[in-house]
Amino acid sequence: MSAVPLTPGGAAAERRPTRSTLSLLGERVIEALIKLSGVSAVIFVVAIFFFIFREAAPVLWSKDFHILEFLFSTEWYPTSVSNVRYGTLALTVGTLSVTAVAIVLAVPFGLGAAIFVSEFCSPKLKETLKIVIELLAAIPSVVWGFVGLTVMSKIIVTLTGTAVGVNLLNGGVILALMSVPIIVSIGEDALRAVPDSYREAAVALGATRWQTVYRVLLPAAKNGLLAAVLLGVGRAVGETMAVLMATGHAVHIPDGLLNSVRTLTANVAAELGEAPAGSSHYRVLFLTGVLLFWITMVVNVAADLVVRGIRRK
Amino acid sequence: MASTGPTTQRFARTAQAARSERAQKVAKWVFGAMALAMVAPLIGIVTYLLYRAWPSLGWEFLVDLPRKGMREGGIWPAFVGTLYLVTISLAVAAPIGVLAAIYLNEYARDNWFNRLINLAVINLAGVPSIVHALFGLGAFVYAAQFGFSILSASLTLAIMTLPVIIASTREALASVPRAFREACWNVGATRWQTIRAVVLPNSISGILTGIILQVSRAAGETAPIMFTGAVFYKAVQRGDLFPYRLGDQCMALSMHLYTVSTQVPNVKESIPYATAIVLLGSVLLVNATAIAARVFMRRRKRW
Repeated sequence: MSAVPLTPGGAAAERRPTRSTLSLLGERVIEALIKLSGVSAVIFVVAIFFFIFREAAPVLWSKDFHILEFLFSTEWYPTSVSNVRYGTLALTVGTLSVTAVAIVLAVPFGLGAAIFVSEFCSPKLKETLKIVIELLAAIPSVVWGFVGLTVMSKIIVTLTGTAVGVNLLNGGVILALMSVPIIVSIGEDALRAVPDSYREAAVALGATRWQTVYRVLLPAAKNGLLAAVLLGVGRAVGETMAVLMATGHAVHIPDGLLNSVRTLTANVAAELGEAPAGSSHYRVLFLTGVLLFWITMVVNVAADLVVRGIRRK
Repeated sequence: MASTGPTTQRFARTAQAARSERAQKVAKWVFGAMALAMVAPLIGIVTYLLYRAWPSLGWEFLVDLPRKGMREGGIWPAFVGTLYLVTISLAVAAPIGVLAAIYLNEYARDNWFNRLINLAVINLAGVPSIVHALFGLGAFVYAAQFGFSILSASLTLAIMTLPVIIASTREALASVPRAFREACWNVGATRWQTIRAVVLPNSISGILTGIILQVSRAAGETAPIMFTGAVFYKAVQRGDLFPYRLGDQCMALSMHLYTVSTQVPNVKESIPYATAIVLLGSVLLVNATAIAARVFMRRRKRW
């Protein structure tokens, strides 16, 4: 520890007669533990990648597996006897389409609600809404899945007259409901981070609230709002149980909102239990995990960079 | 804002001002409606689930065992299983998470390494739950040879929920003013003494709130335990509080909801709804406690 004024310990760390060696030792131990725990997050992230990759790696060199086929083929026949195919393109498209539907629905509502909470409502209503957002964010994904399976599918069948209610639209709506709380709370943070002097200046020029919002606040907070959207995307891409239960189970590229799809995450959840440990099928599922790991990592790092961008300014 | 009061004569309400006021009103209503569209589902979902679950709900449903291949009866083994998983994962995640937050908030300087740690925390929070499941399966079940057990499932949950604790503890620590620390350093206390005597006592309630949030998150997760230790069915004694051991597999509420709603045909209709209500109810109750505690503390705060 340094001896700069205002940092603890001071220069007299050596002559401190009042402390027993035991307490000094205790302090050493606890500080070592603190540092170790501090590094633990890095260790865990590396460990996650390592252990998933370790299970997946052998299949990369096996003869019935081709990385190009894995990424760009729509043929997913993992348990076929004569014609085993591990193409995940249909699953990737499934993930992308469900995420797209969710984002199209969630972004306007999420940002709109964030603007309302941050700029238009009374302090009391604001408190209440923030609590509701927090509770909404706490609903477990399996409950959302159940809601999709029971409530939402009935609504969709009644409204559109389609035969099966669990489909792309259902999964998208459920994912939108799940991402909205994230978008609202991060978006609200971003708007709150805009200094009040901006608002005061706008009001002094005679602007209405709404003019202030779209001429001053939105441009000033655009990075934070973008980060909110990105984190919403991250949540939607990684969501498992809800899409497993709400999107149906067809592995094919959807050609309409009422098609059933399967996502990368749901595919792992659905098939991991049946794939014998050590089989190619099992390893390919782990490889899907590696793919998901990188996708969400890129999205999250991008969101962080965007947020950091604002802080630096 | 134009034109109110006696000055109307000088500041006449122009057509443009009227237009922008109209736009303002429209905007307020549109955004208000969007906020309402967010509240409505919460109330709607809870009410509907409660209505459908009503025939099954009751004490008997909680303490009874699932019967006839989970088509009737209660949820006791699943409920206790969730308690087990939550408690053990909490026991692992809480110390590591709190210490990590202390490191990040009290010790870490702003350099590349600590930025890396921050990034790792963000990533850990963003890794999909199914990827955590794969990790738990590869690391705890196979590599560490804990097998499919409560231990593997709890450890997976612990790592998954670690960022929740780190984030909320950091926030609690950061809310203690720096002047408090400086005062303590200036009487000769070391960094750790300051943390123990000043920082922790002043932030303990915030830290506990964060830990409560971890509980709610851990209770609701399904994917990470599905392949590491939770099973469809496990026979236990009715009402037994300690039916499992660390190396056993267990049932869990979230998993049970998935099972009875998708895997078992001809379940008595209200059972999945009742399971969902118990799960949702416990999670929301835990969260509401955390929120209430936070509101109470903020009132009491003296700085």
